[in-house]
Amino acid sequence: MTYIAKPTVHHPALQKNALGLVRRDYEGSVTTLCAGCGHDSITAAIIQAFWELSIPPHRVAKLSGIGCSSKTPAYFLKEAHGFNGVHGRMPALVTGANAANRDIIYIGISGDGDSLSIGLGQLCHAIRRNVNVLYVLENNGVYGLTKGQFSASADPGSLSKRGEANTMEAIDGCLLALTLGATFVARGFSGDKVQLVPMLKAGLSHQGFAFIDVISPCVTFNDHEGSTKSYAYTREKNVEVVQADFVPPTASITAHYEPGTARNVMLHDGSWVRLRKVAENYDPTDRDRAYAYIRDRQKEGEIVTGLLYLSPDSSDVHEQANTVAVPLTDLAHEDLCPGSAELEKLQARFR
Amino acid sequence: MDRTNDFAFKIATANGTGSASANGLIMQAIFRMGIPVTGKNVFPSNIQGLPTWYEIRVSRQGYTARRPHFDLVVALNPATYAKDVAEVRSGGWLLYDSTWPLDGRLVRPDVTYLGIPLAELCNAQFSGMRERILMKNIAYVGALAALLRMDSDIIRALLKEKYGRKQALMDSNQRAVDLGYDYVTRHFDCPLPIRLAPLDLTRDAILIDGNTAAGLGCLYAGATVGAWYPITPATSLMEAFKGFCQKYRQEPGTNRNRYAILQAEDEIAAIGMVIGASWAGARAFTPTAGPGISLMNEFIGLAYYAEVPAVIFDVQRTGPSTGMPTRTQQGDLMLCAYASHGDTRHICLYPADPREAFEFAAAAFDLAERFQTPVFVLTDLDIGMNDWMIPKLTWDDTYRPDRGKVLSRDELEHLKTFSRYLDTDGDGIAARTLPGVHPHGAYFTRGSGHNRFGAYTEDAEEYVDVVDRIDRKIQRAARALPAPVVRTTPGARAGLITVGGCHAACMEALDLLSADGIAVDYLRVRGFPFAEEITRFVDAHEVNFVVEQNRDGQLRNLLLLETGTPAARLESVRYYGGFPMSADHVIAGVKAKLEKAA
Repeated sequence: MTYIAKPTVHHPALQKNALGLVRRDYEGSVTTLCAGCGHDSITAAIIQAFWELSIPPHRVAKLSGIGCSSKTPAYFLKEAHGFNGVHGRMPALVTGANAANRDIIYIGISGDGDSLSIGLGQLCHAIRRNVNVLYVLENNGVYGLTKGQFSASADPGSLSKRGEANTMEAIDGCLLALTLGATFVARGFSGDKVQLVPMLKAGLSHQGFAFIDVISPCVTFNDHEGSTKSYAYTREKNVEVVQADFVPPTASITAHYEPGTARNVMLHDGSWVRLRKVAENYDPTDRDRAYAYIRDRQKEGEIVTGLLYLSPDSSDVHEQANTVAVPLTDLAHEDLCPGSAELEKLQARFR
Repeated sequence: MDRTNDFAFKIATANGTGSASANGLIMQAIFRMGIPVTGKNVFPSNIQGLPTWYEIRVSRQGYTARRPHFDLVVALNPATYAKDVAEVRSGGWLLYDSTWPLDGRLVRPDVTYLGIPLAELCNAQFSGMRERILMKNIAYVGALAALLRMDSDIIRALLKEKYGRKQALMDSNQRAVDLGYDYVTRHFDCPLPIRLAPLDLTRDAILIDGNTAAGLGCLYAGATVGAWYPITPATSLMEAFKGFCQKYRQEPGTNRNRYAILQAEDEIAAIGMVIGASWAGARAFTPTAGPGISLMNEFIGLAYYAEVPAVIFDVQRTGPSTGMPTRTQQGDLMLCAYASHGDTRHICLYPADPREAFEFAAAAFDLAERFQTPVFVLTDLDIGMNDWMIPKLTWDDTYRPDRGKVLSRDELEHLKTFSRYLDTDGDGIAARTLPGVHPHGAYFTRGSGHNRFGAYTEDAEEYVDVVDRIDRKIQRAARALPAPVVRTTPGARAGLITVGGCHAACMEALDLLSADGIAVDYLRVRGFPFAEEITRFVDAHEVNFVVEQNRDGQLRNLLLLETGTPAARLESVRYYGGFPMSADHVIAGVKAKLEKAA
């Protein structure tokens, strides 16, 4: 269960990051998900990303909705505040928290039911606001906790465990995000940590809403033949179009790339993302062409992965609203309350 | 009977013709003459064209309740002529635009008709459609000034204050006032028996609506995050807050905002944002009305169970469903008291007027943070959107926000283990921590079953342990809420209990009942859960009239549920048609019950 404690004594030879912390310091309690669940692999990638970035765990807030995916914030960063809210409404919680304290690093974990059905509206509006959060949609096409109903991301024709075919169109989180003006759109696969970790790191450094849809097979209810969200299907149909390398602010870019195959994008905090084009004619800074490309490949039955779109100039909700640079939670009462003399004065207009 | 400074009149116009500024001018002019005055805007859910009325009551006794007997009706909307003529009291006056002949069927023998060719006068004086329509409204202000003996110098001064820098606009307004004034003095005996005479009763008062006052309370309490979805009649609360913030919450030097206002996609998101912001340590609030509360229920249960502060203003309107969005009611008393599925009970505050709306708004943030729970401030459309004469607002500069038990970085540094829901001092309140402060403070906030240590649980005893403590915490909060207002009368055997905006009507009714030889004790509930004093009051009277504005007697239901008093002790007096309650409603209700008993 989630309250079973892990051992806290670490082997002295474990590798440490710039804060002197080992990966275990970024873990949480023991997972209660099914053995082999894609979500646990994503959790491992998240731990790796935070550790590599040397982020103090307590400076992070991790929020989620309801569902299998939304349980996972308990399994990483035990020294961070967690908030497991109500179904589909994590975007509102993180929007409010971010409004109050902009200095916290926010990560939101959601699933396809949470984000694309009950919480579709909230997701859309958090994207529109460009709330500064790394939003991970752990996408398995199925409702696990209620035992196997299709979710809104299930592809037409995909078979349920009982053999029924899904008849409705799927909602694709990445296409949705692109349509709504998202400034950072990526798709990963829980089985490809090498690809996922740099995308998570870039998402954490992105100033604004970083949306990562991660195909995360449900081993219990959606990993059979005929499912388009199984491990086997995803491995076969997954086409990486852009490889993202994350370069922290202090490091310099040393790798060599063929001319015309890579593009550097500087993030708000001074770090770089080097986007290596694997597919020809793909431009990850061109929203419309990215959209068209993903659609075209979908028609061929392929799942396009990678950092699909990145807006070089993203202004988050605080910049749009012109809020002060310090967190609102740090303001003193004297800075907020005009006092009795001013109250007397301002009431002249009510006479 | 002397009707000086004691009468009511109303002005019937069409929505969107600019009559609001004319009516505001009348209100302010009377107020500045030192005479107590109240205005009630009866408006449609419409932007342009539908009928709208503005009711003004002048009361030298200082009564502020609605008085539905109109001595004078200014009937400027032909669409409602018949209704408006019918509403003039016998012996009263009807002012109409005589540019067009009046239909003979509208003539009542017991009413005096004052025809003024407002359109004709304004068409001759002004050019342009819009100006002619607007100035027609200002012209009736001039006519009323003469008929009621309003102070012309005050009107001139008000116009100067309003249009001081726009000379042309000021001139045309003054000309319109003079048009109406001159015509009336030439054609009728002025003033009418209903008339104004200067008093000195408004020196320390203001004219303000409850939404503006509540927005001001949020500013003064130090709220930094407001999230909302526009809804009548709560919209102007956030607009007021925003206006005050633009003036008082700019960072010197940078002009950046020391506040964040989030216009959410719906009320569910709005309350989610408030909970998120409060969880992160800000003072956050949302203004809404009944439909919004209905949508917020799930999140309210989360905040209750996970113990996150939130301040929610419910400016009640007529329900259920969309109901009558521009009419008033107290229809959400039950809804707010027990919002959400599962066992809940919420702190509710019930202001009676804009002054209490200001005070309770500020108090709500302290209570929400101290008790780590949602706090409702329930006003209604009448309090929220109408202009009330109230004593000037005051503020105590020694006030410091009560942030409740929030552990500091230092406290956490010296704490070995932090357990979020552990009540260490027996007051039912466990300390909380804010994100980002210290690694020792981390915990997992959840709406799922949790034990006193904050860990997930499905264990019966652990679950009961936490929900019972929360219940104790909320019950204890009753003592920290604004105490009920009580007024006793010697010899009274009956009690009258009411809530919120019914106060004004009840105070007037008590005076009139007393003049009739009926002595009644009075109690106004100002908070929920109920203070013990309320139970004692109920028990001390053989019969208690529970006066409220909803069909089902929701305050009475709450009293039955929460005080355990026998049903026979609580007699229901209700008015719920959408207009603010008047003293007549109260008196008729009380007398009917008394006659039945006799």
